[in-house]
Amino acid sequence: MTDSIGLTPYLLIGALLFVCGAVCMATKRNAIGILMGVELVLNGATVNFVAFAHYNPAFEIEGQIFALFVIVLAAAEAAVALAIVLNFYNNHTTVDVDTAEELKG
Amino acid sequence: MDFLYPLAFWLFAALIAVSAIAMVVTQNIVRAATWLLFTLAGVAGIFFLLGADFVGATQLLVYVGGTLVLVVFGVMLTAQGPFINLKIGAGEWAIAAAVGLGFFSVLAYVLVGFEPKVPANVAVRQAPHKAEQPLAVGAAAGSLPLADNPETRSYHSLASAAVLGEALLGFEKTAPDSPVTGVRDIVTVGPGGTSSQVKIVKERTKMAYLLPFEIVSLHLLVVLIGAAYLARSKRRRGATS
Repeated sequence: MTDSIGLTPYLLIGALLFVCGAVCMATKRNAIGILMGVELVLNGATVNFVAFAHYNPAFEIEGQIFALFVIVLAAAEAAVALAIVLNFYNNHTTVDVDTAEELKG
Repeated sequence: MDFLYPLAFWLFAALIAVSAIAMVVTQNIVRAATWLLFTLAGVAGIFFLLGADFVGATQLLVYVGGTLVLVVFGVMLTAQGPFINLKIGAGEWAIAAAVGLGFFSVLAYVLVGFEPKVPANVAVRQAPHKAEQPLAVGAAAGSLPLADNPETRSYHSLASAAVLGEALLGFEKTAPDSPVTGVRDIVTVGPGGTSSQVKIVKERTKMAYLLPFEIVSLHLLVVLIGAAYLARSKRRRGATS
């Protein structure tokens, strides 16, 4: 496999995904939109893990295994967050996080 | 044929960038879910390009096939009437765009020109199934480091699913030279290559990723029960009371 790309473009893709996810989390008013932003942030971190695993032979196994852990834990996080959102929707008939002030406790 | 690899990379990079930005910009939650699908598929393609076949396949199976279907079902169950298009003001857009551009500029400024330093005297693990000689002998004989050895280089460019599984289960040849955290201890093997240092490394390879693997499996069970409990139907209690 040719390594003509280098490490930096992969890290830039990871940074772009991270920034898009952070902005998405900050700007979306729909609770599921915020969840999608979290998925983007986790994907950015995973791209960084796999890129370092490829370009740094000392971390080859570790990077891929951490990427697998991130994917599995993101699936679990999405399941719990969607359950919470659906529960909130059943109780309040809205998914707008600006109106979710009753959750302050 | 050397142009195929950069071509594929830039195609996937453009796909990821366009769909991620479009997902942030769009106001429609259904369209955002569709853009997220293309983003995740592009990231899987990047994984394949990086030689991480199993991680890419897992990304496609778990993320695109599982998590995204979950998100789409959540969208379908809640997207009614005004919740499909929840708009925010122009001032908030301006602030978000400024913060995002500034954040990305800082990251890009740091990343451009960045090259990781691999210390020359790191005792990297031996390649599995090829490591006939002990570590100290290789270091004493002055053989190439693992990254420069063409025979082991081919192994390093492709960690198959079997190697990942052996690392998870703690097989000795592929287990990381580190405790459970996975952060590798940098063990300097001197010119003499004393075997005591190598013995320390060998004693710490027992755990590998078996404990995190079990923790993740237990975590998935807890999440399964918790999600089913949170999202359960409450009509039965309302019917009886």
